[in-house]
Amino acid sequence: MDRYTMRRRRDTIATGIASALAAVGLGMLVLILWVLVAKGAGGLKLSVFTQMTPPPGGSGGLLNPIVGSLILTVLGVAFGAPLGILAGTYMAEYGRFSKLTSVVRFINDILLSAPSIVIGLFVYEVMVARMGHFSGWAGAVALGIIVVPVVLRTTEDMLSLVPDQLREAAAALGMPKWVIIRHVSYRAARAGIVTGVLLAIARISGETAPLLFTALNNQFWSLNLNAPLASLPIVIFQFALSPYADWQQLAWTGALLITAAVLIFNIVARFLASLGSQAK
Amino acid sequence: MSEMSGQSDGGAEKIAIKSLKFFYGNSMALNDITLSMLANRVTAFIGPSGCGKSTLLRVLNRMYNLYPNQRAEGEVLLDGENILDASQDLNLLRARVGMVFQKPTPFPLTIYENIAFGIRLYEKLAKAELEQRVEQALRGAALWDEVKDKLSASGLSLSGGQQQRLCIARTVAVRPEVILLDEPCSALDPISTAKIEELIDELKTRYTIAIVTHNMQQAARVSDSTAFMYLGELIEYSATSDLFTNPGDKRTQDYITGRFG
Repeated sequence: MDRYTMRRRRDTIATGIASALAAVGLGMLVLILWVLVAKGAGGLKLSVFTQMTPPPGGSGGLLNPIVGSLILTVLGVAFGAPLGILAGTYMAEYGRFSKLTSVVRFINDILLSAPSIVIGLFVYEVMVARMGHFSGWAGAVALGIIVVPVVLRTTEDMLSLVPDQLREAAAALGMPKWVIIRHVSYRAARAGIVTGVLLAIARISGETAPLLFTALNNQFWSLNLNAPLASLPIVIFQFALSPYADWQQLAWTGALLITAAVLIFNIVARFLASLGSQAK
Repeated sequence: MSEMSGQSDGGAEKIAIKSLKFFYGNSMALNDITLSMLANRVTAFIGPSGCGKSTLLRVLNRMYNLYPNQRAEGEVLLDGENILDASQDLNLLRARVGMVFQKPTPFPLTIYENIAFGIRLYEKLAKAELEQRVEQALRGAALWDEVKDKLSASGLSLSGGQQQRLCIARTVAVRPEVILLDEPCSALDPISTAKIEELIDELKTRYTIAIVTHNMQQAARVSDSTAFMYLGELIEYSATSDLFTNPGDKRTQDYITGRFG
């Protein structure tokens, strides 16, 4: 066999292995989605969106955890995203050559990979233990802490991709630094920064561990952020572990809802990112 | 303003560089440069890569201040005032000394906004007046006819040559006194290059121009005076016609005849 034929054959084998593994990965994903749809879609009734979580054996829906999750996610992003964006801006624009930036980046990477239950415990110590009760605020803060490193990282990365020439060109017109950042750097990196925030939303909307010690759960309708607040991940956790069939059904439906929401968010994020790159 | 273009004597001195040294960290990139540039003249800087010509240009608007560990020593007088003074307001200096870069760098904004943005930094104008200024700037950069029907399109949608003229228009719009051109045609095709060279000829009636170029024919075509730099030193500086026909230094002669560089 000559060298060319050998090389062709090796190429075929390598391509085959890579394709097979890709198919396995995709297959798992499809399987998960399929199980979710198969088990969850059956329980998808209007009552899911209009009624409260039921007692065992009763009928009910997921209205309070859906609303609770929305509140927690919105507040978490409201706490975390501005912090992450501003810190990322400092690192990419003001402190590019400073030691502080490397230190912050290192710590941020640790925070990025910290188990979220540790963050839950931290907020439990700092807020819940001191206030004496579980609360929606504590849950939102815990989620906010998870948002910060994700948004910070993407903001810094996206701003670093903005060519220095663009900053120099802006500076050459006599633009002050903060004008350059707001009107040139942010605009050039907008799609990427928005994508980072959307990915952070997708991440926290499914977080369970940090809420266990903070927002806890609430069987009843409550918008009081100073009291325990229901959330979808916790209700899924609780209901899925229960022996009651109707609770288990609601858990499947809740899981389907979260997955669909995260999927939609990711698609929107992709779409926005592609819009941004087209504008260039 | 009266000018006698093509002659390098008789104009008023606009920029005087005196014993300028420049350092990147500990390495010296410019060694004791002294030269003066006349108002309404084009001064070309030529020399092999790494000779310091771009560095010199970036001293004239203190662009180097964006980065740490870069510093200049000596004096650069703009209308007699030392711009290397610590008290110099950099934004005001850069409004007076505009710069166009090697690669076209339109902002990620519309064509109109690319120009209007710079104007708004310094002047508060009514809409009609602003529109007029934008048109004026685009006409000044010989771009108006090509973009007048698509002012709201992205500046990035233009061709390379058009983008570069947009950058010139943007620079002209803030009404600087000096324009620095850092290899403005090196990314452009010959037709776009010719357009920009024509433009430079026109611009010098209103501005003092410094151009860095690798293209010696270009230096010969557009400039009144030419400075030849080598290894961070100013080797020779004279009227362009003299420098190219009768170089005084062996190294200049070798460079312009293509023996190195």
